[in-house]
Amino acid sequence: MADEGMQSWKTLALGCAMTEPGSSKRFNTGDWRSGRRPVTDREKCIKCGKCYILCPDMCYSPDPEAEGYYLWDSFYCKGCGICIHECPKDAISWQDEKEEDTHGAACGS
Amino acid sequence: MIEVRFHGRGGQGAVTSCELMAQAAIAEGRYAQAFPSFGPERRGAPLQAFLRISDHPIRLREKIYEPDIVVVLDPALLASGGVKEGLKPGGTLVANTSKSVAEVRGECGFDGRTAVVDATRIAVEELGVPITNTTMLGALLKAVGLVKLESLKGPLETRFGPLGEKNWKALLRAENETVIEE
Amino acid sequence: MARRVGLEVSLACSEAVKLCNVDVVAAYPITPQTHIVEHLSELVADGHLDAEFVPVESEHSAMSACIGASAAGARTFTSTASQGLALMHEMLFIASGLRLPIVMAVANRSLSAPISIWNDHSDIMAERDVGWIQVFAENGQEVLDLTIHAYKVAEDPRVLLPVAVNLDGFILTHVIEPIEIPDQAEVDAYLPPYTPQMRLDIANPVSMGMVGVPEVYTEARKACLVALEGSYEVIKEHWEGFAQHFGRRYQPIETYQAEGAETLFVTMGSLGETCMTAVDQMREQGQSVGQVRIRLWRPFPVDDFVEAVKGAKRLVVIDRALQPGSASGPVATELKALLYDRGIEMYVANFVAGLSGRDVTRADFAAMAQRVEAAQAAGQPMTCEMWGVKE
Repeated sequence: MADEGMQSWKTLALGCAMTEPGSSKRFNTGDWRSGRRPVTDREKCIKCGKCYILCPDMCYSPDPEAEGYYLWDSFYCKGCGICIHECPKDAISWQDEKEEDTHGAACGS
Repeated sequence: MIEVRFHGRGGQGAVTSCELMAQAAIAEGRYAQAFPSFGPERRGAPLQAFLRISDHPIRLREKIYEPDIVVVLDPALLASGGVKEGLKPGGTLVANTSKSVAEVRGECGFDGRTAVVDATRIAVEELGVPITNTTMLGALLKAVGLVKLESLKGPLETRFGPLGEKNWKALLRAENETVIEE
Repeated sequence: MARRVGLEVSLACSEAVKLCNVDVVAAYPITPQTHIVEHLSELVADGHLDAEFVPVESEHSAMSACIGASAAGARTFTSTASQGLALMHEMLFIASGLRLPIVMAVANRSLSAPISIWNDHSDIMAERDVGWIQVFAENGQEVLDLTIHAYKVAEDPRVLLPVAVNLDGFILTHVIEPIEIPDQAEVDAYLPPYTPQMRLDIANPVSMGMVGVPEVYTEARKACLVALEGSYEVIKEHWEGFAQHFGRRYQPIETYQAEGAETLFVTMGSLGETCMTAVDQMREQGQSVGQVRIRLWRPFPVDDFVEAVKGAKRLVVIDRALQPGSASGPVATELKALLYDRGIEMYVANFVAGLSGRDVTRADFAAMAQRVEAAQAAGQPMTCEMWGVKE
């Protein structure tokens, strides 16, 4: 059998628990996106917050500098398009990404 | 070791009779087992309950097939056939009935040592209900001194609380009125 | 001072749980277990036990609630039987996999169909491989003692596994017999309050029940396996401590008149007592018989068993459950495998007896011994026979 084990059973935490809180924050689901990303047109946005509520990966967060608007996080966005589908004013649309933009730290929209 | 089988109907307290006797024996520092015929409990259905008392630890989980004593709480069960089944020839039958020993012998076919008492009448007069389980313990103790009479007092009080005194009186009266023929 | 009372064995179990001062009881009633949790609910309602009693809507929920409570650091108890245990099935793996020291009394009962409320070991044998410690009691006193001991073992930082205390339904649960109940101070001296090694705690967050990808699952199971195997020494250590505290001694494998006996009965559960009396009677008639009782079923005490049976000419293994499609019952299969591994040649006869509460008497044991001796003399194997089945 292939040597696939990640670590010794002796070093696993009790009950295979995860003892480091919030470790999933490090999980870069943004690299699942292929070639396009959602972009919000703030001219059309009515600040309803549906993108914020409905995003399954919690990629939208309140913009501290512009009340009512939301920032998008490239690190977690898988490009599922739910925000685009749900936006009642069609303020969110796809935009092609250059390969170097696809994987990266959080950035505003 | 003495083995006793009680015949009654669901709701008449045969299981409680066994429990009280076991409690009395255990309170005397002896060993006892009390258990019902295992299964669903149905009010009015004929049932059996079992009792073992011994001076030594009881290492036995069989049912009781050859009892030393059979106690019948319900007169209607005497003729049902099962009463004398397995009862040792030298054993004792203790029956709740208004009939005589001779009549009981004719009814159930057991011709050994027999004790009779009209426990239903005593229970109705003393307790106001025809539940004969505690009354019949008086007859059982008169027929076979399995435990000391006073050993039952504590278990009766624990089980029946304020009604313990009435049950105790019924028990004593039954003990007094029981007729035994060898 | 301990007090000696006449008590229904179910209630002796509840009293033990009360003495262990559990925090949470989550249970669903099922015959023949009902009296155990019924009495616990009374103890909680009357203020005699400061615990949360969770009356759930199914056994699946009962075990789920126990898992949650135990993960939060509570001392936790439940009890079930038969279909109820089967309904818990998937959760039982989770309890052991998460290393939660839940204690459960199993009032052993048959499985449907046909519907049977009576005793045998079909329920626990179907849960043999869930990674729990499993012990069997033979009388009411043992039920009380093993329940207290179960918490001591389960919560030991070297173990941290759930424990199932098995008691035969009706044959034990519904019998009133003398029970010595230790007082609270005595139990407190033996069993300290539970100190969880890890628990769900907002101040120190952990995640339990994570995905075990193929790169981790094998190692995670290995860790549980090692804990279960390692529990053997801890179980013995705490039985020794129990003997010192309470004066009653238990062993993983117990024997009766086994020394030098040619025929050894192997029993588990309440059959053990009737068998001991049968052995006495057979010895009076000059027969060379003895008895081996399996108290600790999981982890199986291999060395103790080998030591107990060495020198015997034949084993008469009585299973109280079928293993359909296999050559023997579950206990006999276990024993034959370990004897083979050790290169020990021994004639092993197997009977499946006492299904659905069918009585197994002293006369049955005598008849079994006779049949086995005759079969061995005739050079015939006795792989597995359903005892007393009407042809």
